[in-house]
Amino acid sequence: MHDADKAFYGNGLPYLKISPLRGSLIVIEGTDGVGRSTQIEQLTRWLEVQGYGVVNTGWTRSPLLAETINEAKAGHELNVTTFSLLYAADFADRLENQIIPALRAGFIVVADRYMYTAFARNAVMGADPEWTRKLFGFAVVPDLVMYLKIDVKHLIPRVLESKGMDYWESGMHLKLGSDIFDSFRRYQARILREYERMTEEFGFVTVDAQQPVDAIQQELRTTIGRYLAGEVIARPAAATSRRRRAAAPRRAGRRR
Amino acid sequence: MTGLTTPHPYPGKLIIVEGIDGSGKSTQIALLHRWLLSQGQKVFFTEWNSSALVRRSLRRGKKKDLLTPTTFSVLHAVDFADRLTFKIIPPLKAGMTVLADRYVYTAFGRDVARGVDNEWVRALYSFAPKPDLAMYFRVPIEVSLQRILSGRTKLKYHEAGMDLGLSREPAESFRLFQSRVLVIYDELVREFGLDVIDATADISQQQHQVRQLAAAVLGLEGRAARARRG
Repeated sequence: MHDADKAFYGNGLPYLKISPLRGSLIVIEGTDGVGRSTQIEQLTRWLEVQGYGVVNTGWTRSPLLAETINEAKAGHELNVTTFSLLYAADFADRLENQIIPALRAGFIVVADRYMYTAFARNAVMGADPEWTRKLFGFAVVPDLVMYLKIDVKHLIPRVLESKGMDYWESGMHLKLGSDIFDSFRRYQARILREYERMTEEFGFVTVDAQQPVDAIQQELRTTIGRYLAGEVIARPAAATSRRRRAAAPRRAGRRR
Repeated sequence: MTGLTTPHPYPGKLIIVEGIDGSGKSTQIALLHRWLLSQGQKVFFTEWNSSALVRRSLRRGKKKDLLTPTTFSVLHAVDFADRLTFKIIPPLKAGMTVLADRYVYTAFGRDVARGVDNEWVRALYSFAPKPDLAMYFRVPIEVSLQRILSGRTKLKYHEAGMDLGLSREPAESFRLFQSRVLVIYDELVREFGLDVIDATADISQQQHQVRQLAAAVLGLEGRAARARRG
């Protein structure tokens, strides 16, 4: 099995010891409508069939914040700072009450989106990227981030076929286009550019999400299977600034 | 990257009060508010943790004891960001005076006393404008405790730091938790240059000092002295 050592992304939670966390934290990232939930559902079933205990967690799903976030979104009156902080509160709640306890108990935590979602959106909305990264300094660095990559051309029909274009996912709050279609196209193109930019910074494993659903699933399983067998895939990085790194607990060397 | 060290660009003035519960700061800012209005000033008053946005989450979290030091901290930052955008900045832009009962220093004190990272919480609030006047009402722990106990029947759960499990006895927990906060406030006084008011002095004596400080910031010198005599 793999090591139990985990690191905080930034300043961390000084009042909480995170080692050892025996479980694995696997993140599925990708933009709105790329098909994350379908993939995660199948992945979870597959992992459970193999005998792994799995806990699912997802962006804005904390019992503490879910209602507040929905209400706030319905009001359409949030600026990027308030928005980021709401996401951070949701994330902190799930991290401490759900993710860390599950990791401690040896579960595989499959997270539908992680802090990278906030990084991408905030960058597009014009927040200071350094501020956003510090804000999420309490996050535990995942063991594996699988990025479902798609281009806007392929994304559009997929979204229209399923639940349609929604106000926020189309970036209507940024007034980027004359109508929702136009806005969606531009907003998502910017989001995708941000994900692309982060791929190297955070060591994402990219999966081509333009393939059929089954092929994507196969690729996810292969990579995750290799990881669970103890192979080193790519270790998502902690914050890059030296000062930050000194503040985080030491990352004992995974086998390299 | 913090806005707290450079003057804000707005024509209005931001005056804030800080101090632990029972320091008497709310009484003092209310008296200042009255005086400013009597002087024909346009004033907007705002309180820590008062926006409707996160009220439900905070209430729910407190009731079920779901709040961790970090979620407690971030939720208060959401409240602050929301009030800043919709309540504080507009009057400052309009050239008004904004009075705030507690400001980001409350988070720097209480949240760090709860165990969150010092540098992280400063980064969290780096979008906050620097007040034109920040007054800290310094009070010994026993004095504040007596004031609270004589005025209310029970200490509030988080105010007493009961979530930290320092003591099962609320007054003792308050003593332990707020003592930590007091130590941090003294550091904040140095770090951010807060004006210290001796909160054990007479109410009217404190208010005299408060009005003089405010008058200097608002260009009302002379009026504060007259108010004292009259």
